[in-house]
Amino acid sequence: MFNGLKNNISSFRRGMMDGIPIGLGYLAVSFSLGIAAKNAGLDAVQGLVASFLCSASAGEYAGFTVIASHGAYFEIALATLVANIRYLLMGCAMSQRLKPKTPLWQRMLMAFHLTDELFGIAIARPGYLNPYYSFGAALTAAPPWAIGTMLGVIAGNILPQRLVSAFSVALFGMFLAVIIPEGKKNKVVMATIAVSFALSLICTYAPYISSLSGGTRTVILTVIISAVAALLFPRKDEEVIAE
Amino acid sequence: MNTYVYIFIMFAVTYAIRVLPMTLIRKEIKNTFIKSFLYYVPYVTLAVMTFPAIVQATQSPIAGVAALIAGIVVAYVGLDLFRVALTCCATVFILELIPMIP
Repeated sequence: MFNGLKNNISSFRRGMMDGIPIGLGYLAVSFSLGIAAKNAGLDAVQGLVASFLCSASAGEYAGFTVIASHGAYFEIALATLVANIRYLLMGCAMSQRLKPKTPLWQRMLMAFHLTDELFGIAIARPGYLNPYYSFGAALTAAPPWAIGTMLGVIAGNILPQRLVSAFSVALFGMFLAVIIPEGKKNKVVMATIAVSFALSLICTYAPYISSLSGGTRTVILTVIISAVAALLFPRKDEEVIAE
Repeated sequence: MNTYVYIFIMFAVTYAIRVLPMTLIRKEIKNTFIKSFLYYVPYVTLAVMTFPAIVQATQSPIAGVAALIAGIVVAYVGLDLFRVALTCCATVFILELIPMIP
């Protein structure tokens, strides 16, 4: 029992240390997200609350585009679902790495801050994952995400237009950093990314389709392109396990 | 439409996606199509959201295109998330300093 406690404390500390560089990166990217939040009409507190509760770059961005266009509540639910669907996969993978006896409250707390980066460092841990590692990492990485968003909303108003313009692409840089390395490993993914770029461009300017909101276009394109890719290039079991 | 209702819906959906598999699904998904579909979804959705939005986000569209290309190159080379984001920002900042760029 005492050993377990000691193990939890050291895992917690290790998690906190590993979360610091991630938190620094979050600060810059969430600043950019805050600018998007401001453009959608959110105030600083709303930006802080949204980022604290959601901790999801793409998901929040998709949500903000719906808020910007005053979309229906159903629409924001759908846009958030599609933009965040990858967490379903990560949640499945994480569940396989937990001791079967891990209590429900620990599973629920871990899920609260399951981001791409924290998933990455948690999966890299050897053996069963100690939930306290994830708690520690979330403790240092999550606050900068929420605070950065709030600062983005505030400073987006104060900073010179030129700086806002530069910061606003940080979010897209982060998206590229997630998709391009996988495309390098897998040519089908790279081709899928190219097709997605092309169709997204066409749909943004094509008659009729361009009148749909950005969030709705993202949902429709994602479902169609992913389904076609899954039909034409199904993943073999070994490949999926190798993820 | 209330902004806090929007935020609450975002939270509820996001948390449900994260917490359900971690608490409920104990067995592995077997269906190849569903597995493959879920595998492609993140890459497609991020790609769709990145372009052409990155070009519309900057004051100068050319700076946006340059940021996209620079981001793809440094991400391909293998820089981490933070550095890729910084490269995109720096590209836009430098190009927009040049008065000739429309």
